[in-house]
Amino acid sequence: MTYIRPKFRNPELPKNKLGYTLAYYEGALSTLCAGCGHDSISAAIVQSAYDLDIEPHMLAKLSGIGCSSKTPAYFLSNSHGFNSVHGRMPSVATGANLANRDLIYFGVSGDGDTASIGMGQFVHAVRRNLNMVYIVMNNGCYGLTKGQDSATADYGSKNKSGNVNLFESIDLASLAIELGATFVAQSFSGDKTQMVPLMKAAMKHPGFAFINIISPCVTFNNNLGSTKSYDFVRDHVEATSTIDFVPTMKEISVNYEKGSHKEVTMHDGSVIQLHKLSDAWDPLDRQSAMNAIINAKAKNEILTGLLYLNPDSQDLHSLLQTSDQPLNTMGEKELCPGNDALKEINAGLR
Amino acid sequence: MKPTDIKDPEYFHKVVDCQYACPAHTPVPEYIRLIAEGKYTEAYMINWDSNVFPGVLGRTCDRPCEPACRRGRVEEEPVAICRLKRVAADNKDDVKHLMPKGPFKQNGKKIALIGAGPASLTVARDLAPLGYEIHLYDEQKLGGGFMRSQIPSFRLPETVLNEEVDYILDLGIHQHFNHYVESLKELLTKDYDAIFVGTGAPRGRDLPDMTGRKEGAANIHIGINWLGSVAFEHTSKIGKNVIVLGGGNTAMDCCRTARRLGGENVKVIVRSPFAEMKASPWEKEDAQHEDIPIIDNHVPKSFVVENGKLTGMTFEKVHAVYDEAGKRKLVPTGDADVFYPADDVLVAIGQENSFPWIERDCGIEFDKWEMPTVNETTFVSTNPKVFFGGDAAWGPKNVITAVAHGHQAAISIDLMCKGEDLNKRLDPMVNLISQKMGIHEWGYDSAVVSDERYVVPQADKKVTLTNRKKEVELGFDPIAGFKEAQRCFNCDVQTVFTENKCIECDACVDICPTACITFTENAESETDLRAMLKMPANNKTQDIYVSDTLPTARVMVKDENFCLHCGLCAERCPTAAWDMQKFFYNVTKADNSCYHHQK
Ligand SMILES: Cc1cc2nc3c(=O)[nH]c(=O)nc-3n(C[C@H](O)[C@H](O)[C@H](O)COP(=O)(O)OP(=O)(O)OC[C@H]3O[C@@H](n4cnc5c(N)ncnc54)[C@H](O)[C@@H]3O)c2cc1C
Ligand SMILES: Cc1ncc(C[n+]2csc(CCOP(=O)(O)OP(=O)(O)O)c2C)c(N)n1
Ligand code: SF4
Ligand code: SF4
Ligand code: SF4
Ligand SMILES: [Mg+2]
Repeated sequence: MTYIRPKFRNPELPKNKLGYTLAYYEGALSTLCAGCGHDSISAAIVQSAYDLDIEPHMLAKLSGIGCSSKTPAYFLSNSHGFNSVHGRMPSVATGANLANRDLIYFGVSGDGDTASIGMGQFVHAVRRNLNMVYIVMNNGCYGLTKGQDSATADYGSKNKSGNVNLFESIDLASLAIELGATFVAQSFSGDKTQMVPLMKAAMKHPGFAFINIISPCVTFNNNLGSTKSYDFVRDHVEATSTIDFVPTMKEISVNYEKGSHKEVTMHDGSVIQLHKLSDAWDPLDRQSAMNAIINAKAKNEILTGLLYLNPDSQDLHSLLQTSDQPLNTMGEKELCPGNDALKEINAGLR
Repeated sequence: MKPTDIKDPEYFHKVVDCQYACPAHTPVPEYIRLIAEGKYTEAYMINWDSNVFPGVLGRTCDRPCEPACRRGRVEEEPVAICRLKRVAADNKDDVKHLMPKGPFKQNGKKIALIGAGPASLTVARDLAPLGYEIHLYDEQKLGGGFMRSQIPSFRLPETVLNEEVDYILDLGIHQHFNHYVESLKELLTKDYDAIFVGTGAPRGRDLPDMTGRKEGAANIHIGINWLGSVAFEHTSKIGKNVIVLGGGNTAMDCCRTARRLGGENVKVIVRSPFAEMKASPWEKEDAQHEDIPIIDNHVPKSFVVENGKLTGMTFEKVHAVYDEAGKRKLVPTGDADVFYPADDVLVAIGQENSFPWIERDCGIEFDKWEMPTVNETTFVSTNPKVFFGGDAAWGPKNVITAVAHGHQAAISIDLMCKGEDLNKRLDPMVNLISQKMGIHEWGYDSAVVSDERYVVPQADKKVTLTNRKKEVELGFDPIAGFKEAQRCFNCDVQTVFTENKCIECDACVDICPTACITFTENAESETDLRAMLKMPANNKTQDIYVSDTLPTARVMVKDENFCLHCGLCAERCPTAAWDMQKFFYNVTKADNSCYHHQK
């Protein structure tokens, strides 16, 4: 029986600022199918949290139902977690975030969990600009229930049993931009060099940071004719830019050719450096980002990288002007100020 | 870099660190697995084929395999490879019927072996079954060489030694014990087709010019002579206060033996710093455990003799100073010399070769250090009929090296007697077999246990210090043996990569607990590629395994250094591009039947 992870790690593993090695950010051994793209995404999450020196207890992972939604068990074992009902992760995230604004909320969902049953919740989390990372591990099918086509399966894509999808697909990235998301990116589970800086930037973004990651389902949707297979995605992936995430105060060492280089400074001083591979697009311009996605689609390309970013993002707490002090740290006295206070408020409304 | 050639048997052999480090290349993980299964007899026979003296070596081997053991790279202690060998030897059934059985059909060739140590005995074992008439000479009354005369019985019981020496003598060896060979020239005139010199390094170093050496002679003994004299029961006591000079294993055996012959106040006094002593760490520990202080940084200056009797020694205190090249110099501290009282002194400061019985005009070339010129592959001297091996070839080493030499010399002697080229040596026997049995099922115990190294229990000091023959170590019992065996990573179960099956999903990269696997662009040089990996491959003694180019134009690179052979890469690979395959490597010996079939 091999399916036991040894205790030993590479003894030369470096430590981050907190003195932890990467191993401290691992989760339990994955029970997903061997070769599932979701596992690579989990590994990128582990790497990002390690790189950002995140204190595990300052992060909460949230998910719905699906193979993708199972993954929080496989990363960041020392963090908080909530595995909610199918498609209901956004409402749990909203509640948690309102109660304690100090944590990083890391939501993980699937294309079924988000684009089908959870669509109603997803769209509202986007438009409220809830401060969270929202990752869709997008494999174009319902992996957990044996591979039925999902709402993100492309029109004409063939599934494992040879059936061709008759319906238009939902493009989650365009939808998110359309609904006013302030950070929208796309990536591929087979590309950690791109996923890791995107995730780091997403965790630093004050607002709803959406990353749609194409993540092949090796078991049910990796066949010839599928547009979500490893081979198809590799052949059609078109990166918009290479991306570096430079944490606060770190000296910027990369030099890019003039014109193609874009730098975005985040609220905490960290910097996103984009080395654009195409000129016909401005990631800070919503219209331009939309066009880029539509053009790529027409060319049968899967656009990846940071597609859109609104540097002036105002998250739900800012919009509602809630207290800086997290509600969960307040006592009954502050939270229920009593009848007199209620009377005063009511009087103010008369 | 070019793709790794895994068809070269040495590539995977190097991955089995212990086997590669063993001079006789004993298939270590193979026997460790058999011990875990309780198949002690089979485990014993695998050892017997490779190293001829499993019972002896399971107690006394210098164990070059253990510092090499992969486990020692990820945790404190390597697998107790040596002491596991003893578990096989102690618990096996009768093995006599598994040994080659004479009388063998004679081939008409006669071979003389001089010295009956492990080197000669190995030659005898390998050649006798092929029909050679073997004549074995030794000046001692019994076979075994230094294994009998030097290694004390409290480390190696006589019964264990006798058993393994007898397996060989019983192959119909003509024994000429109590026979010191006085002249090689004379032996060359006899009708021997070949002569093997396995006479060891029998001369102990002395301090001939030191003040008081002559006057105190009655109580100053050369360590190895004294140990020999104890072993053959010519000496049975020693004074209460004993100084042992030297910091090697001989010094450790001398001091511990002295404790058993009446030495109450035995000290080891050594020139070098404690950490740089030649003795193995476990030998030093055992000595200290027997209340023997080790006093380092003391250079002997004189023997002090009063009224014709030795009363002690004086020493100069030094400390070690290192130059830029790291070369050590012992510099006096300037403190006053110190005196240590002693009734007897044992001088254990080294051993050398000496060949007074080899005439310098019988075709054997000697260098300026009076050492014979011996070919490192074939072990032949400049006289094509005379071969050397063991300590006689290149100075004092250890039993397992003597055995390894014996195997190779036997091959040469066989080739020579057949009139064939000595360099026409056969490749090792190798085999690579998939261990996949089903989902989560492998043909080996792939789970990696976290247990720390088990300690071998010892007999009560009260008993061992009063009886020279009482073995100190009790050995692992079968349960502890099983647990210790489970610590082995099975490094011979190789990770084998097939590039045209790989879909580059990264599953293996993500699962590997020790971050061994990287998919990357290739690089021109190995140095560059090593630096480009997920975890830089810093240990240059360990190879990197590079695949052919994959569809994304990248290559798979695996650093063998920290691989736990846990099989998780193969477990997580959706396409079986990784497979766990058991690699068996066996050095071809003169008496392996395959050696004859292969031709
Ligand atoms: C005190 C001590 C402890 C040791 N402990 C260990 C240990 O724990 N583990 C280990 O691996 N190694 C140990 N060694 C080293 C090991 O014993 C030798 O390396 C090994 O025995 C060498 O084997 P050999 O076959 O070359 O010769 P030897 O074992 O040295 O045998 C040579 C034989 O040749 C005989 N001989 C020599 N000249 C003649 C002649 N002209 N005619 C007839 N016979 C002759 C000698 O009597 C001797 O019996 C120890 C050595 C010493 C000195
Ligand atoms: C309320 C509810 N309806 C239906 C299901 C059945 N179900 C489980 S997982 C799943 C689809 C998951 O698809 P996706 O989110 O894409 O995850 P994947 O397994 O593909 O990663 C469905 C429909 C359920 N668990 N709960
Ligand atoms: S069914 Fe598909 S999505 Fe689910 S674990 Fe297996 S490969 Fe991954
Ligand atoms: S772990 Fe086992 S196979 Fe590997 S080097 Fe150590 S003893 Fe040999
Ligand atoms: S798990 Fe298998 S298919 Fe996937 S990258 Fe590794 S070797 Fe290739
Ligand atoms: Mg899905």
